[in-house]
Amino acid sequence: MSISKESKHAFDAAPWSGKTKRYDIVKEGTIALAVVAIFALFLSLLMGSPDETPLTFKGWAVSNPDNFYATTVQELAGTSGTATYGAPYNKGAEGLNVGPLWPQKWMGVTHPIDSVNDFVISPLSTQVMSTEIASAVATWKAAPDTQKQDWATAYDDAITKVEGKISDVPAGAYGPVPALAQGLTDMAKGGALDAALLSQGGFFQTDNTKQILFFGDGSYLDDAGTAANLQGGTWGMMNETGRYPGQAWLWLYSFWYQIPPFNNEESKPIGANADLYIMVLMGVMSAGLIFIPFIPGVKNLPMRIPIHRGIWRQYYDENGIKRRKK
Amino acid sequence: MSEMWTAKLRTKWQKELPIEKLLPDDQPAYVASWIYVFGVLTLSALAMIIASGIVLAFEGPAWYHTSDAGKFTNSMHFWSVQLFFVFMVIHLWGKFWMAAWRGNRFRTWATGAVAFISSIATAFTGYLVQTNFDSQWISFEAKDGFNSMGVGAFFNVTNLGQMLLLHVAFLPLILGVLTVVHVLMVRKRGVVPPIDAEPALSNRGPQ
Ligand code: HEM
Repeated sequence: MSISKESKHAFDAAPWSGKTKRYDIVKEGTIALAVVAIFALFLSLLMGSPDETPLTFKGWAVSNPDNFYATTVQELAGTSGTATYGAPYNKGAEGLNVGPLWPQKWMGVTHPIDSVNDFVISPLSTQVMSTEIASAVATWKAAPDTQKQDWATAYDDAITKVEGKISDVPAGAYGPVPALAQGLTDMAKGGALDAALLSQGGFFQTDNTKQILFFGDGSYLDDAGTAANLQGGTWGMMNETGRYPGQAWLWLYSFWYQIPPFNNEESKPIGANADLYIMVLMGVMSAGLIFIPFIPGVKNLPMRIPIHRGIWRQYYDENGIKRRKK
Repeated sequence: MSEMWTAKLRTKWQKELPIEKLLPDDQPAYVASWIYVFGVLTLSALAMIIASGIVLAFEGPAWYHTSDAGKFTNSMHFWSVQLFFVFMVIHLWGKFWMAAWRGNRFRTWATGAVAFISSIATAFTGYLVQTNFDSQWISFEAKDGFNSMGVGAFFNVTNLGQMLLLHVAFLPLILGVLTVVHVLMVRKRGVVPPIDAEPALSNRGPQ
């Protein structure tokens, strides 16, 4: 017997008028809740949960003072990751695009960050400064912008040339930059920078943007991420620290970062704009999940591949229903 | 009388979802598979997440770094989430292979799928408010994706205050509403008949 599509739909939609059986959904729900509670309890007692202490600026400046110092110089010279980021922090770059779409640039600078003042000068100014640092800050503030840029760039280049080994940097026209960098390094070593970056002179603070961005400009956070196996190239955010499952449900998102052209920053346009392309792709795929019931081919897979024969075996067997050829 | 909005709503409600449909004591005979349990398991895991989350909310995000009770509550929250996702993904695949959107059940499928996506957003903000090294790392890494879309302008993953509020208030609210609607849709429509079910058979046998 063949049934028309319409009558099949009407049948599927109508209330079931065939055989029924007793089914206690409240009891089922209660048992399910108890089972899940016991599972969660066991796992919690047995495994606990991940909790690596957060890193601090103090830890960074103590364990790798040269890197912290060099990063400070980059903030002053405008060469750090934050200074060259673009929206939403500043105009340091255009941001990513897909074809003619530049959403990052279009949304504009909504969380302004001025790496020179927010990261270096303001935090230093919150402290009781030695005469040397105080005069360096005063010299810096009084100098014209081009002069500041020349000093900081010259020093930044010199540090790059000696591969970051600060004690090897030859003397030069660096103005107050070395004193400022040393001042901030000392401040970070003492532990005062963590709080100063967060508060930015205010009282209530809940926004860690400036701390996190400055932190990521150096190698300390990055090295820790590598050590904990959290880098994007090794499935990144899907992982957790320690022996814990992370956000395994992000596998499809992380997957794209593992393959070309997405994993190659040099490849244009997709690799160079991978973050945006992958977000767009995931948006399309999420819509795809929602609309599966309408997608030709995909919506027929469950009829083609007879997993349902297992799920409803009892019904098919009892009623002697054979598979209909599709 | 029938002009009254209240009366209209009551009539519609009683017609579409009478209490016998909401809390039935029988089910079609074909509801006989382990796969049907996974919806309820997902719901149970969600209940555990909310319960442990409420306890965590009273003590704040830093509690579990310093207290054994806090650590335990956090672990319950963490593992309930892991179980929730395992159950939900099995549930999703099950419903896919049953083509459970048949017979005007698209809205059941769609609310489920949107709940899945909302769960990912909720869990993601949860990882950000752990206030441990992992949150530092995730917020630094994840900002680029959101910024590239321009979403960073109003959804700032490096802003702990914002993430905490979204995680404990806005996102659970969305997920909760979606879940309630999803389950009510299932009850309203009844469980989808098997693929290739025989219409002629359903008029026979004990009713
Ligand atoms: C918050 C997460 C979810 C919860 C708490 C939940 C809960 C439930 C429950 C309790 C049922 C009825 C029992 C059963 O058939 O298993 C159900 C049915 C259903 N779920 Fe979900 N679900 C969730 C997510 C999803 C997802 C992600 C999908 C698919 C995209 C989905 C699709 C469906 C469908 C189509 C039905 C109807 C099945 C039928 O008519 O036989 N659900 N859900």
